[in-house]
Amino acid sequence: MLAPDLNILIIDENRIRASIIEGGLREAGHNQVFIITDVKEVGRKVTEIAPDVVMIDLENPNRDMLEHFFSLSRALQKPIAMFVDKSDKASMEKAIEAGVSAYVVDGMKKDRVKPILDMAISRFNAFSKLTRELEEARSELEDRKILDQAKGILMRTRGLDENAAYQLLRKTAMNQNRRMVDIAQSLILAAGLMEP
Amino acid sequence: MTSLFEINAGFLPLLDSALLVVAEARGFAAEEGLKLNLVKQSSWANIRDRLAVGHFDVAHMLAPMPIASSLGLNPLNVPTIAPMALGLGGNSVTVSPALWDLLVAAGAPSDLSARAVGAALKQVVAARAGGEKLRFGVVHPHSGHNYELRYWLAASGIHPDRDIEIVIVPPPLLPDALARGAIDGFCVGAPWNSVAVARGVGRIATVKAAIWRSSPEKVLGLTSEWARREPEALAALIRAVYRASIWCGDRQNLDEVAQILAAPDYLDQPADILMHGLSGQLMLARGEMAGVDDFFIPHARAATFPWQSHALWFYSQMVRWGQLGHTAENARIAAECYRPDLYRAALSPLGVPVPAANAKVEGALGESTPVGVTKGMLSLGPDGFFDGQVFDPDDLDRYIIAQKL
Repeated sequence: MLAPDLNILIIDENRIRASIIEGGLREAGHNQVFIITDVKEVGRKVTEIAPDVVMIDLENPNRDMLEHFFSLSRALQKPIAMFVDKSDKASMEKAIEAGVSAYVVDGMKKDRVKPILDMAISRFNAFSKLTRELEEARSELEDRKILDQAKGILMRTRGLDENAAYQLLRKTAMNQNRRMVDIAQSLILAAGLMEP
Repeated sequence: MTSLFEINAGFLPLLDSALLVVAEARGFAAEEGLKLNLVKQSSWANIRDRLAVGHFDVAHMLAPMPIASSLGLNPLNVPTIAPMALGLGGNSVTVSPALWDLLVAAGAPSDLSARAVGAALKQVVAARAGGEKLRFGVVHPHSGHNYELRYWLAASGIHPDRDIEIVIVPPPLLPDALARGAIDGFCVGAPWNSVAVARGVGRIATVKAAIWRSSPEKVLGLTSEWARREPEALAALIRAVYRASIWCGDRQNLDEVAQILAAPDYLDQPADILMHGLSGQLMLARGEMAGVDDFFIPHARAATFPWQSHALWFYSQMVRWGQLGHTAENARIAAECYRPDLYRAALSPLGVPVPAANAKVEGALGESTPVGVTKGMLSLGPDGFFDGQVFDPDDLDRYIIAQKL
């Protein structure tokens, strides 16, 4: 039997996760795997690739946009169906728990897609456990330290309480359209320059 | 102590999630024997799909969404119903400062008039003919935002598919998209218009209340299956949310509503930004305020009643914009997604006035009017579309034909 000859597109802003899923798919014998990490490229790429299967993280807020795009796209005029059919809720739930939702062009044979999704899910789980949570925890801690330091500077120099210091950072970040942690970083840098 | 019945509810960070949030936070749910587990989501597709597979029992939903699910317009379709609405109004159309300058030059007033701003927009669009099209963002293809923006444009003489471009962007990302210049304007619910204005990247040009006064926006969505399985819990939830709507509709409580919603678990935005939408005192641009009496209506005017005429109007727009074909069967399915019978049955123990009819002529009430109710007194309106059209649900076929562009 010939290996399944599917174009598979992975849309994920997280490059590491995407490449792990890609690895799983290649091991399962799928050679035409494409990755988009910048969702802005989706329009052009989807037309080029004309994927048979699209995989996207359920938590990606651009899912709404993507669905709309598929409903309009000339490259994919067929309706898009969720991978798991109505009678098979259990595996659909598994996919959603894993953070993966797959869209399959109408007419795809289900038995050809199932191993792909299984592989993607197991890869995704392994990855989540090993790296993602650790990385997020680490950067969150880092951010919190910076924010606390900046709050401390504001409390000392401006006589604010902790809540007011936090509000000031937040307001400044909003007004300048920047992240709070970036504002905090600038403040720490500036305070360092002003020290005697 | 008896344990509470737990209900998992998905929501998006928007002002009209207030009824669900307050039902839990102020104890109305607990008084009905319920514990609401509210789970914040990042896209409407997630809300819909996770409801369909049973992760959520109920959800804060776009009003047209149960209709789209029941009519088979989605990747995963499960019969979904709306036994209750979550308030009226709440959206605005916000444009970039650059587009606003063009609109002012074309005669747009700053009084939010849908007709006059629409006329100015038509001029701006005409002047760009052949050049790059203006691009507007809405939150989902099956959303009140998409349909009211299109209605406003079409009635202003702008073809929404030919003359401009409409793209889908989730609510919290719209202010960023406007700031980046990826879009020229958007239609979204509070507080995201106020967020864009506060950041100086947008100007509120008109509001939902000016396009269609007292118009429907979000509903309590759930699968027919869950309603069949848990009728008591559903009735209790409708009562809890109804009581939350009374509380949210009392102006004395607005500050507290804003404080509750401001928390990171809910909207994660400053309370003063949320107050604009709650009070109807909108900041149109930095330093420029305007009052809209009925910007967001959580309770008055039977704001939580699931009118089947609302369902049929959304259906008429799905047909109008080519999302599905019109048949008598489709129209019946659409109307029956909205369940005033469940609403009435749930609220009867409270002895509150509930409309006696299931549908009404939309846009027929020029002023506040008392209507037939099960008991007590209830007034509806004023309502109305800005172009003076009315929608009679008994005359659906003719309405659909008359709206062809």
